[in-house]
Amino acid sequence: MKVLIKNGHVIDPKNNIDAKQDIYIAAGEIVAVGKPPKDFSPNQTINAKGMVVTPGFVDLSARLREPGDEYKATLESELHAAAAGGITSLACPPDTDPILDEPGLIEMLKQRARKHNLARIYPLGALTQKLEGKALTEMCQLSEAGCAGFTQADKSIIDTQVLWRAFEYAATFGYTIFLRPEEPFLAKNGVAHDGELAGRLGLKGIPSAAESLMIATILRIATETETNIHFCRLSTAEGVELIRNAKNNGVAVSADVSAHHLHLTEHDIAYFNTHAHIKPPLRTIRDREALCRGVADGTIDAICSDHTPVDDDAKLVPFAEAEAGATGLELLLPLTLKWANNNQSSLADAISRITIHPANILGIKSGHLSLGANADIAIFDPEAAWQVSADNLKSQGKNTPFLNTEMIGKVHYTLLNGHITYQNKTD
Amino acid sequence: MYNPQLTSEGALKHLLSIEGLPKKNLLQILDTAESFVGVAERDVKKVPLLRGKTVCNIFFENSTRTRTTFEIAAKRLSADVINLNVNTSSQSKGEAILDTINNLIAMHTDMFVVRHSQSGAAHLIAQHLPDNISVVNAGDGRHSHPTQGLLDVFTIRRYKPEMHNLRVALVGDVLHSRVARSEIHALTTLGVPEVRVIAPKTLLPNEVEKLGVQVFHDMKTGLKDVDVVMMLRLQNERMTGAMLPSAQEYFKTYGLTPEKLSVAKPDAIVMHPGPMNRGVEIDSRVADGKQAVILPQVTYGIAVRMAVMAILAGGTA
Repeated sequence: MKVLIKNGHVIDPKNNIDAKQDIYIAAGEIVAVGKPPKDFSPNQTINAKGMVVTPGFVDLSARLREPGDEYKATLESELHAAAAGGITSLACPPDTDPILDEPGLIEMLKQRARKHNLARIYPLGALTQKLEGKALTEMCQLSEAGCAGFTQADKSIIDTQVLWRAFEYAATFGYTIFLRPEEPFLAKNGVAHDGELAGRLGLKGIPSAAESLMIATILRIATETETNIHFCRLSTAEGVELIRNAKNNGVAVSADVSAHHLHLTEHDIAYFNTHAHIKPPLRTIRDREALCRGVADGTIDAICSDHTPVDDDAKLVPFAEAEAGATGLELLLPLTLKWANNNQSSLADAISRITIHPANILGIKSGHLSLGANADIAIFDPEAAWQVSADNLKSQGKNTPFLNTEMIGKVHYTLLNGHITYQNKTD
Repeated sequence: MYNPQLTSEGALKHLLSIEGLPKKNLLQILDTAESFVGVAERDVKKVPLLRGKTVCNIFFENSTRTRTTFEIAAKRLSADVINLNVNTSSQSKGEAILDTINNLIAMHTDMFVVRHSQSGAAHLIAQHLPDNISVVNAGDGRHSHPTQGLLDVFTIRRYKPEMHNLRVALVGDVLHSRVARSEIHALTTLGVPEVRVIAPKTLLPNEVEKLGVQVFHDMKTGLKDVDVVMMLRLQNERMTGAMLPSAQEYFKTYGLTPEKLSVAKPDAIVMHPGPMNRGVEIDSRVADGKQAVILPQVTYGIAVRMAVMAILAGGTA
């Protein structure tokens, strides 16, 4: 099978390509960019005129809800949503039911995903058994089964002795630990930023210090133990500043932010809108601006969807009782483009935040269009407007604070290994 | 911004919180309540404004006192009243709030009076009701208790009619208090120029000054020259632990004694939403003293709740 993508504007940040070029694919691999290889006669030609052609997107956090929560979403529904969002590789956290803390579960998940053949999935294994923060998981065996790294998902390790040992053990084998920094006592029962809005609405707050304290602790232990750390879902200005200083001091850490936090603040909770109940909480305008600047100056390496499909019933309850999370796979591209637009960043920089940077963090070979690379490709119209609605989302989760708002940027084709996994049929 | 408790013409549709309640609507409630004060003093304590209507008091959190005042208010308006303590019935079987509400809608309820332990519960219910059904929030978590806020400013207005010239202090657990939030918004909406809160830092929400209040941590300066002292109830579970060391120390530092009250204006009134913890937040000599207006608050509470229900049902006295 040979595919030609012609007339598109190719952006491949890793290879510094930002120009109108044609892409040639054979046997699932990229065989040429620009000049045609000898005797290339395509079986299929995609005319990408007026479109941007980039590596398929890499998402650092997407909950696919399998195993255990199939009534919220299934692998099939969410992998179709990923393809519709231009995402071809995604990391999924282990907070499923059962929790991904055994090699057998990882193998099963990978195998089921492979069957659908819609995106590459990279499970993150539980760092501690049942995420309880007490005993380590079998990291070597989990890694062999296909884990791209280890994480506590939304649970923090309370016992710093365990945290230290977990870092040492992971560092022994060079594994990366993905942690969402949140001091569990300060965050206990909190559901919103501990600020003006939580005060007015009578919601239990989570102070910004819950994040910065934990970042400081993790940085200290990571430096002592020489562990690869990736900070997930930053939410505060103080957090960004701590990471910036650490990077300036030569500490090898990376960080991401969810696309939601680049655009929303505590005020989007308005009258108890449970769609804006997400983790970490949406914070102040000052925090949002610091996060946007953090992405622009490279303190924050990647933007992720933090995709969390939640069923209606779990959102139709009082704010504090609502399950946290928002659907995001199909919003990652438009929200990233919106960030670039708001912050005068280039399209190439924006694309790098959802391709090569997250791929490097996961240590996978995707996220670029080098010769010989897997032909994982997204083709999108950067100007096309569309309305976010339950009908327009392929994800089973319709829970998003952006419901009924307009997005700019629409995926037209997604290719995985050179075959089309999504094609926009509306035009 | 969309305001869930008003119709597009600006009339009261639900009473969910004082925040977002325009002064015009707030005054309408207070003025209507004035006309209901006399009803209770008549031989026949009933007016027919809600005859044939069904009011459902649905309490997801127990409160005999508040439920009783709503029940009396609805009955004095001639409504049929159903009391439902969901705590002890279907919620413990795992029924979702909206399922409970939908069942009651199917039984043709006209108005819901709702109390719930979670902030935002009344908003949630209001958003899922057919247009012709109203909700009165009887307390949601720490968020709001609008009829309490209204009856408090009604009481203040009766004793101190010049609202634009008052100094009011709220004392105690503002952090966990829906009453405090409602009182603060009601006072600032009516143009009270100086609202103070007095409490240790552990009992104040972060950025509380953004509600338009001045913050004090000690009674001597905080109560100086105030016209109104509004005490807040301290829940038992907060008296010892990480919020406060002991009830006894709290009484010593923030309990309202005649000595502490002496720095306020000589004609200052003392209020409390009840039920009181004597010897914790208030000294009996103050609670039963001549400056206290705690029992009139209860009496006016009925008139204010009648006014809210009458306005929501589309009638006036």
